Amino acid sequence: MDVAWTALALSLKVAAWATALNLLLGIGTGYLLARARFPGRNLLDALLTLPMVMPPTVLGYYLLVLLGRRGPLGIWLQEHFGINLIFTWQGAVIASTVVAFPLVFKPARAAFEAVDGQLEQAARVLGISEMAIFFRVTLPLAWRGILAGVLLGFVRALGEFGATLMVAGSIPGKTQTLSVAVYEAVQAGQDASANMLVLITSVVCIVVLLAAGRLAPGRIVHR
Amino acid sequence: MTPMQLDLDIRATLRSGKRSFTLRVQCVSNSQRIAVFGPSGAGKSMTLKAIAGLFTPDSGHIRLNGRTLFDSAAGINLAPQQRQVAYLFQDYALFPHLTVRQNVGFGLARGWFNPRARVRQEKVEHWLTAFHLQELAHQYPDELSGGQRQRVALARALVSDPAALLLDEPFAALDPALRVSMREELSQWQQRLGVPMILITHDPEDVRLLGEHVLTLRDGQIDARQTTWEEKIG
Repeated sequence: MDVAWTALALSLKVAAWATALNLLLGIGTGYLLARARFPGRNLLDALLTLPMVMPPTVLGYYLLVLLGRRGPLGIWLQEHFGINLIFTWQGAVIASTVVAFPLVFKPARAAFEAVDGQLEQAARVLGISEMAIFFRVTLPLAWRGILAGVLLGFVRALGEFGATLMVAGSIPGKTQTLSVAVYEAVQAGQDASANMLVLITSVVCIVVLLAAGRLAPGRIVHR
Repeated sequence: MTPMQLDLDIRATLRSGKRSFTLRVQCVSNSQRIAVFGPSGAGKSMTLKAIAGLFTPDSGHIRLNGRTLFDSAAGINLAPQQRQVAYLFQDYALFPHLTVRQNVGFGLARGWFNPRARVRQEKVEHWLTAFHLQELAHQYPDELSGGQRQRVALARALVSDPAALLLDEPFAALDPALRVSMREELSQWQQRLGVPMILITHDPEDVRLLGEHVLTLRDGQIDARQTTWEEKIG
């Protein structure tokens, strides 16, 4: 049973980091795509949505090619920081972040687009700086929509399998996340272990989905 | 009570598809109560937004009380934040996530955080009392009636001692009975505070009560005569 709890702890750690990264990246990208007008905006949106439709193993392969020992980013990281991401839990974080990213930035973009621009204008005339307007008006009004996406992204990262396996492998206690452990347990014929892992995963996912449902954009916004 | 001096000379052309709209407004006024009157689509809102800095004309200048807010020839274009004007939006644009008290105090808090709901500031309380909003101070905008919302918007606009009060169709969203009383209330506030006011409207009744210097706008141009309302009807 120890294997199950270790895998759960690792999965939660990886998903938490991936979600924290996606919170920053998703809000930034969502805001940029909602407000800035530049050529190639729709192309960028499409490219960033790709992880949602591509098979995770294909994404994992791309990441391997990019971050591996002979990959351009991998060589650069190794030379300048002595960092190797392949077969590490940090590599699993990168894989989960990429896979879950569209689920965070899409709702964030929609939430920012739904904020009434006139409220920002009102704040401008009242003398509030652009940065302060973002934190005092735009972000609070878009927050519910953003948070719903962030929770979905968290569940997606928690359940990530394909890309994680490609990038981080399946080292028990080191990179073997919950979903990878399920696969290994079934392959090895350890039914009790598999049942336990599946049960834990299901409960965590249901709890997060219920929370996301409560936050879904419904009634307006205060409190 | 110093008289407002407005020196406005702006040009702008907007295109959408094959249609284009040209705004050409020129006006010098010492009046405390300027009303810009005209049908919708005449360019009234654009003119008012240009004064507030929410819309940038192609060329010309805008001076208010001797301050240059915009001058295309000199390359001056102050941000809305620096213009020290107050703007009352047609549907008030109250912040839905903030209480009445926080809305009124919004412009006084300059940092990255909104005023706290429980903190009381003398200036904010003063305006809440003046507009009979004390009882509603902890409520949110969607819990208020139209007249109450307008009072909140006015209090929020006046709390930072603006150099001028810009009003975009201030009574259009109110029912007729309320319109009459709010018009009266605004007129009294304007006189008491001596804050110069520029109002845009398509309602002749607004012009009659609140317009001293009346500009009539049609298709982006000022109608030839710039007169007071009395001269116009007399």
